[in-house]
Amino acid sequence: MGLEVDDLRVFYRTLRGDVQAVDGVTFGVADGEIMGLAGESGCGKSSLGNSLVYLTGRMRYVGGGVKLDGAALPIWDFEAMNEYRYREISVIPQYAMSALNPTRKIGRMTSELLHSRGVAYKSVVNELLRRFELVGLSEDVLAMYPIELSGGMKQRTVMVISTLLDPSLLIADEITSALDVSSQRAVAELLVEFRDRGFVKSTIVITHDISVLYQVADTILVMYAGHLAEKAPADVIINSPCHPYTKLLISSLPEIGVRYSEKQLVGIPGTPPALLDPPQGCRFKDRCPLASAKCNRRPPFVDFDSGHQVACWEVAA
Amino acid sequence: MSAMVEIEGCTKVYRVGSFGSTRLTAVRDVSFDVQAGEVVSLIGESGSGKSTIGRMILRLSPVSAGTIRFNGEDVAALKGRGLREYHRHAQGVFQDPFSSYNPIYKADRVFTMVKDTYFPAVDAHDWARKINASLEAVSLDPTQVLHKYPHQLSGGQLQRLLVARALLLDIDFLVADEIISMLDASTRIDVLNLLGDLKARGLGILFITHDLSLGNYISDRTVILRRGVIVEMGATVKVFGDPQHAYTQMLLESVPHLHRKWEDMKADYARADAAIESDAIDSTLVELEPDHLVRRAGGASA
Repeated sequence: MGLEVDDLRVFYRTLRGDVQAVDGVTFGVADGEIMGLAGESGCGKSSLGNSLVYLTGRMRYVGGGVKLDGAALPIWDFEAMNEYRYREISVIPQYAMSALNPTRKIGRMTSELLHSRGVAYKSVVNELLRRFELVGLSEDVLAMYPIELSGGMKQRTVMVISTLLDPSLLIADEITSALDVSSQRAVAELLVEFRDRGFVKSTIVITHDISVLYQVADTILVMYAGHLAEKAPADVIINSPCHPYTKLLISSLPEIGVRYSEKQLVGIPGTPPALLDPPQGCRFKDRCPLASAKCNRRPPFVDFDSGHQVACWEVAA
Repeated sequence: MSAMVEIEGCTKVYRVGSFGSTRLTAVRDVSFDVQAGEVVSLIGESGSGKSTIGRMILRLSPVSAGTIRFNGEDVAALKGRGLREYHRHAQGVFQDPFSSYNPIYKADRVFTMVKDTYFPAVDAHDWARKINASLEAVSLDPTQVLHKYPHQLSGGQLQRLLVARALLLDIDFLVADEIISMLDASTRIDVLNLLGDLKARGLGILFITHDLSLGNYISDRTVILRRGVIVEMGATVKVFGDPQHAYTQMLLESVPHLHRKWEDMKADYARADAAIESDAIDSTLVELEPDHLVRRAGGASA
């Protein structure tokens, strides 16, 4: 069953009008799937992740539906969502590892968190220690303050704590971004391990680093300016992308082995549009080499191949 | 040919803890040089001392031991007018473009400050022409970036403005400290190519980064730093093509590649740790082949 998102619209309220950060987004995440969500900063990927769990005061639910394992989530109702948060759907927000309470030891913090969800700390402490051991953390971590842990240790702690009640869906927002390459690999590989061991059923990994997604994700969803651009298996996105935005994005990534003196890569000219008053139709048209008059209407997000969806008039539809 | 920037046996000790009771050696006996028209990348994980080296070169923090020479002149001895003259030729651009600007003032105030400090005599008309030329060099459209506040510009634009500011000074040497880490994938390559253009104009660039693929893309020579100590250095093709130190190998295997999966690469953390242990005892940089040095225990040859 997994997660089904249907035409979700979530805007930010500002004095000058609505910022259309998530505008008509439809996709699904199957059980056991790790879906990567990629895009430039400000394209709405974190807004999409957050809107499935926690609508902050400035975010306004406009329309659409979200179903988790067949049950509709009342994401517009802050109170009613409490039943699902952490138990069914868990989020590791961006910079979570820097947001650990500095005045609480890890053990006490976990116990307070579980208490707030009505779960006794004693009933899960054995499982907690078992999982700490699995990710290479010792029992002593429970008696430590966050300042005593390194970045990689903090991130692993956060991952264990947020999946302790075996949620159906984990949303991991930029969990590898602030880490060194060696801890980055260790943390990213844990995502796969947690899925394989059934700690979480499905995972959405939000990151701007597509090469990390290629390593761990089954499918990759590319967003641009609040719209979906392309979704396909990770191999397909990297090796044969269809949407012009995905193509340009992948071709601008330097890789070990590519050198300036031999081959000059190019970026994507222009900047993403402001979402306060976004252009009509396809939002990528101003930067797109294939743009034509058709692009003034919004392209539908349709099947291009099995398991491969694209929103572009030139490629599909 | 003598190098433009020579760093010889540089060490930096910070005093930390209460009343500076503990000493922390951030950089230990580092020596390398940067030629004109060359990009040298300084690669290391967080806490390896890479930014400290950049700051020491720019005289933003003093060296504890060792010397840094710019065109043969000891940088540490510069004072007053000499130091200002030095900063005319060597400048830095740092990681976070959003915090490099004062949000209260318009972004182009950084240019005015350069004029006030270094070129008080130049008249306004010539100055405007100079600004336009330097904006053109970093491929920015003056009408889009002048008279704007920092929040109205994108990260890539702000970062390029800072490079343009450095170019106003006719610099020969640029310290680029993580200048593209905060930028989006679609714009970071443009800023990186800009460094390539500057190199073609004869600038020497010290490119400080934690991202191996970026260092590999742009640099001619590479220095790999770990806990303040150089573990491997040399021509980029040699260091990346044939890494000799276990730590470099581990780094290269941990980097997420675009066309190779991690399952096919075994990152050997244990071997890297063992190599680092043995480095701590008594080790020196050994020249394996021309322009490729690697740290070996006890100075034993390969």
